[in-house]
Amino acid sequence: MRPFTYERPKAIAEAVSMARSEGAGHVNAPVQYLGGGTTLLDLMKLDVMQPTRLVDISRLDDRLLRGVSRNREGLRIGALSSMAELADNGMLARDYPVLQQSLWLAASQQLRNMARVGGNVLQRTRCPYFRDTSYSECNKRIPGSGCAAMDGVNRLHAVLGVSDKCIAAYPGDWAQGLAALDAVVEVLGPGGARSVPFGELHRPPGETPHIETSLQPGELITGFVVPGEPWPRSLYRKVRDRESYAFANASAAVALRMRGDVAEDIRIGLGGVATTPWRARTAEGMLRGKPLTEAAIRAAAEAEFAQARPREHNRFKVALGPATITRALLEAKAMEV
Amino acid sequence: METPKISRRGLLGASPVVAVSAKAASAQTPEAAAPALPDAPVRRRVVLKVNGESRELDLDTRTTLLDALREHLHLAGTKKGCDQGQCGACTVHLDGERVLSCLTLAAQAEGREVVTIEGLARGGKLHPMQQAFIDNDAFQCGYCTPGQIMSAVACVQEGHARTDHEIREYMSGNLCRCAAYPNIVAAINQAKSQMGRA
Repeated sequence: MRPFTYERPKAIAEAVSMARSEGAGHVNAPVQYLGGGTTLLDLMKLDVMQPTRLVDISRLDDRLLRGVSRNREGLRIGALSSMAELADNGMLARDYPVLQQSLWLAASQQLRNMARVGGNVLQRTRCPYFRDTSYSECNKRIPGSGCAAMDGVNRLHAVLGVSDKCIAAYPGDWAQGLAALDAVVEVLGPGGARSVPFGELHRPPGETPHIETSLQPGELITGFVVPGEPWPRSLYRKVRDRESYAFANASAAVALRMRGDVAEDIRIGLGGVATTPWRARTAEGMLRGKPLTEAAIRAAAEAEFAQARPREHNRFKVALGPATITRALLEAKAMEV
Repeated sequence: METPKISRRGLLGASPVVAVSAKAASAQTPEAAAPALPDAPVRRRVVLKVNGESRELDLDTRTTLLDALREHLHLAGTKKGCDQGQCGACTVHLDGERVLSCLTLAAQAEGREVVTIEGLARGGKLHPMQQAFIDNDAFQCGYCTPGQIMSAVACVQEGHARTDHEIREYMSGNLCRCAAYPNIVAAINQAKSQMGRA
């Protein structure tokens, strides 16, 4: 790990002023916020991230950053809530099961105790060629250097949202639920406060896989708002190589509003298969307002993956993805709520 | 100069150092456009409260809680397995919650209550979880055991040890390459009733 200075500001405004820095995108900024540290310190040890200043925000006792509340607008979640705290939240489990399950099915209890839900959406890819600096080719780590995953061991890589420059999969779980429920990201930065629709937070790799989000250097996620009524008929299904403590090979965050057999509203977020938290809008469009039959779901799920671009080892995701969507939606339809 | 004594601890301690310098060398390529670095390691005085005792240390800011415990406070019960948050061997309690000390900076633990495996026994009497691991033969090589026990104590205190299935789920962050898992589940089942809450 490279040397850095460590700061622990007492107030949120002080933290934001300390974190002011320049650069293209927040991930390569020389100043980084330290929340749980589960991604940041890991990548600093690996020399993938090289900040020179850490601003520890984990103890900021600001109402803006803490707790879960509900009002007429919807549900608000402070960014410094730990994943474990929200996974144990009974109201979330009842009214937003997709969100609670996505947290509970992620990582381990130790990591969930440490990691905060604001930082978690910024978790960086587990692509081994990104994480290991002995590989000289990684467009995400060294822009323009190439992509060792393209013809490497790419079983765990993305098939949706990929580009010729990068096929690294977005690894998280929690973000899929937020994407599905059209969450709004509250951001505070040197230029003041702003709101970002969740779907605009993560950028597809395109030509610039090293710029992962629309956050600017020094910007801090302070909370998430899930607008509208609760989603009791929702769930998160995660398919992985072992039963617990593994990243998704495919996952589906689904939410339904049913009238009889008809899906009046339907939301599908996908994980494990895409470069960003993926909103399956093609499938949603085919199913919204229609009777939710297994045949219709399967056809819509397969249509979503018609745009998939698999590589040598991850072709199975083109079948596993639709199967995961189908299972998740049938289970959500059958929920007694 | 003293002849260095070769011990298991010394050998284990040496290997991460080798790995770190190899990584540092590979990152010196011109393409890796690094931001300006502080000229030298940055030091910070950190008061750590470990097992009820406060100790002031002068540490490089890069020092993890794990290294502070092992190398500076000489509490070697907490183990370094993967050192990247994947194995659970370094599990300790921070303000009563189980965390990975390898991904926690010592500075982050400043002023908070740290409990390690050395802090579980009371007056020479093992914690019920420690005794249960012995009674149930819940380890073979023992390397993961301090992390398993710290995790298990928290698992019961959290109320996440109600069924075998729940124990397995909530203990999944602690890997045991000897695969003592069934015996670990049995040990937690034994200890949870003695700990008074499950």
